[in-house]
Amino acid sequence: MTGQAVEPEVGRARARKEDAWLITGQTTWTDNIQMAGLLHLAVLRSPMAHARVTRVDVTPALRCPGVVAAFSGADLAEGLGSLPCAWPVTEDIVLPDHPPIAVDEVRHAGDPVAVVAARDRYAAADALEAIEVDYDPLPPVLDLEAALAPDAPLVHADKGTNRCYTWPLATGESFEAVRARADVVLRRRYHQQRLIPNAMEPRAVVVTPLAASGEYTVYSATQIPHILRIMLSVVTGIPEQKLRVIAPDVGGGFGSKLQVYGEEALALAIARRLGRPVKWTESRSEGYLATHHGRGMIQDVEVAATSEGRLLGLKVGLLADMGAYLMLVTPGIPILGAFMYPAIYKMDAYEFSCTGVFTTKTPTDAYRGAGRPEATYAIERVMDELAAELGLDPVELRRRNWIRHDEFPYTTIAGLTYDSGDYEAATAKALELFGYDALRAEQRERNERGDPVRLGIGVSTYTEMCGLAPSRVLRDLRYSAGGWEAASIRMLPTGKVEVVTGTSPHGQGHETCWSQIAADVLGVPFEDVEVVHGDTRTAPQGMDTYGSRSLAVGGEAVHRAATTVVAKARKVAAHLLEASEQDLEFSGGVFSVKGSPEAHKTIQEIAFEAFTHHDLPDGVEPGINAEHVVDPENFSYPHGTHLCAVEVDTETGRTRIRRYVCVDDVGRVVNPMIVEGQVHGGLAQGIAQALYEEAVYDDEGNLVSGTMADYLVPSAADLPDFVTDRTETPATSNALGVKGVGEAGTIASTPAVVNAVVDALRPLGVHDVRMPCTPERVWRAVKEASG
Amino acid sequence: MTRIKVNVDGTAYEDDVEPRLLLAHYLRDRLGLTGTPIGCDTSTCGACTVDLDGQSVKSCAVLAVQADGGAVTTVQGLARNGAWTALQRAFHERHGLQCGYCTPGMIMAARDLLRENPHPTADEVRQALEGNLCRCTGYQNIVRAVLAAAEEEDTSARPEAHQVTEEATA
Repeated sequence: MTGQAVEPEVGRARARKEDAWLITGQTTWTDNIQMAGLLHLAVLRSPMAHARVTRVDVTPALRCPGVVAAFSGADLAEGLGSLPCAWPVTEDIVLPDHPPIAVDEVRHAGDPVAVVAARDRYAAADALEAIEVDYDPLPPVLDLEAALAPDAPLVHADKGTNRCYTWPLATGESFEAVRARADVVLRRRYHQQRLIPNAMEPRAVVVTPLAASGEYTVYSATQIPHILRIMLSVVTGIPEQKLRVIAPDVGGGFGSKLQVYGEEALALAIARRLGRPVKWTESRSEGYLATHHGRGMIQDVEVAATSEGRLLGLKVGLLADMGAYLMLVTPGIPILGAFMYPAIYKMDAYEFSCTGVFTTKTPTDAYRGAGRPEATYAIERVMDELAAELGLDPVELRRRNWIRHDEFPYTTIAGLTYDSGDYEAATAKALELFGYDALRAEQRERNERGDPVRLGIGVSTYTEMCGLAPSRVLRDLRYSAGGWEAASIRMLPTGKVEVVTGTSPHGQGHETCWSQIAADVLGVPFEDVEVVHGDTRTAPQGMDTYGSRSLAVGGEAVHRAATTVVAKARKVAAHLLEASEQDLEFSGGVFSVKGSPEAHKTIQEIAFEAFTHHDLPDGVEPGINAEHVVDPENFSYPHGTHLCAVEVDTETGRTRIRRYVCVDDVGRVVNPMIVEGQVHGGLAQGIAQALYEEAVYDDEGNLVSGTMADYLVPSAADLPDFVTDRTETPATSNALGVKGVGEAGTIASTPAVVNAVVDALRPLGVHDVRMPCTPERVWRAVKEASG
Repeated sequence: MTRIKVNVDGTAYEDDVEPRLLLAHYLRDRLGLTGTPIGCDTSTCGACTVDLDGQSVKSCAVLAVQADGGAVTTVQGLARNGAWTALQRAFHERHGLQCGYCTPGMIMAARDLLRENPHPTADEVRQALEGNLCRCTGYQNIVRAVLAAAEEEDTSARPEAHQVTEEATA
């Protein structure tokens, strides 16, 4: 007998395992967790952007009904260290102290000043109002350029500067040299507005102390249970082995839960102090102040080219808003972007410099794409400007400069080696699906007619850097952790399979995809695989989920562990079938002797033999399991071409997306349905940056867009249907050939949409519209141009 | 404290509640019906949408006392004896969810739409779900799921019919 023919799992559009509990409401969100004696925490936050705290009196709160304890910053300071920054990007970086709760100074609206523990959430919220705090206002620091002036007020007075770091990179010829021989030099300034990530599940943390053993279980709505465990140990001094961190069902992250937050440390400290379980759940508007923001940069971009449109050089100067404190990877975000500005283009000179700036605003950190959307936006916007300047079609300009299919692997001027890709193929497919020529014809016709509703077409040919892994590269970038990922697989005596992964999903469908990978290699049914994740006790090793790394690194670890399991099983099978290992075929979960198919053993039978240990070959230990830690040699580089057509009403400023087409190359696809879903979600977030979302502060440093009612997260009614398709060039940095997809849509869509808006208005003399391209901004741009 | 009587997912409850207690918190913290999550404090996101006396409402914008004498259906009350409704199946089959946090509210709002308009167009689905925010799916698969459920209901029975069938077999 040979194995029965089974449809391969990898590549199959499987509906997800995870859905079963999510669509029936049988979920374990952190805020669902209840237990005897649980106290609810509420945090009093600074109403000012910057002030000295001269007095905090929590005693009136203690008299409120239901209140068990209340703490000022000073009350909690002992035994609580500074929150970590794990990415000190330069040797001379300014690393300010970041207390989980302010003691004598608040540095952004929302900085915590006191905490109440009460028997229910209403009592805790009520008691906050009784706490008395005196503030002595200090000047806010809001503007990135003004903050660097010699006489600027300081966010951290003890540091003597608001400059956090300057990080330069220069490769190839000098930019001055190529500028001298260029026919065209363009300078543009682009603003990356601050964004609020808005994972649908607000952050929450529950801490339960086990008095007898001195252990603590921390449930957190986090993307990074493993990193959180290490860092909470460092911050609180509780030994790491006494901490268990569990990420239960987590409702989205987009980078905002890739963090070690003050509230997590405070909950742990208060649980330790009171010896009782505590819970803190943010309200959405509280989260807007306290959960890190994304983007927040000013980009000065200069590009030099020949009159034929050959790129000669690129120079990028960046001011990056750190906010008030450095969080886990705050300074590193623009550095990730530094490598992506040259994108898919060949050039002779590249100069980059970033200055991180402290302001009295909510800290920034990773947000979907983390540095790469910003870089892609700048290069793809400026390519359009260059095309307009040279009178070239924007697709043609890109074609003249991109890396050709036969040139891979290609080391870019930024020093990255792109392993595989085919920009021609993806672009050709996208242009055809889009109906590019017909839309251009319609655009010309409308322009000639002077139609008040203009048509604009935007293109973005992007690449990104996924599979955040190579530890030696991260070391060179001064990142304080490795980039490996772990997986282990155990065949159970009954023939079922347990896959333990170090990745920690929050909507990506790891349980389904990892099951598909394991089922294929092991030849077992998809349903027989269970994936264990997100608990540092049951999945003890891992580097968690962010940066589209999970599949390319974590999925690869699962793949390798499964391969090793089969190798071990083959040893046992050979022994039981009295054949040599080389004479065994393995298909559909069955080992059979070549030429005598009646001699066979299923992998499940072997798992049972390995459990009983009755008849194993000498030297083979009982049980069939394997563990792998994977650290790939290179990143992976998905790419694609996105095309957007917009109709812009020049009289009202309103933009409507008429057609959106993208062709992404994410390497080999494990589950096409999940890939498509990730692309859709990414597009929504990227389009939202282009058209809708912005965190707005007033002159005093108050967050004006402080609630979900004031910050425009797009709804179903605001977004179009997308046309998505794929090309497939397998990655060479992992055996699966996968690249990563979580951030692609976000990275590519923002420039595609803004390029389309500007393209619509260029005949009217408009050369740029600042994001988000709201009706008011578009209307003003038209008015000013027609001035 | 005010005494309320409310039927939730087919079970009758009688409770003393603070007049200011939100229905969302009553369901979650008092009844332990945590299938209804809360996503914002401005009744903008719709994650906590439930059915109150045949109307979908955002349970963070309704006081528990307002539900006195009423009947509430949450997402946990839809599947009977493990049989999912057409909407639940369609969300699963069309990948209409990722993190799933908005899903209970989406399903409840979509259910309300199909009750009023059994044959909606894609645009009508988009308009009807405007008060329910999702950050993962880009909405396209949600819209597809609702349209697919409408089609399926059309060939079998009206949205409420599955409950009758399930109760008949229970």
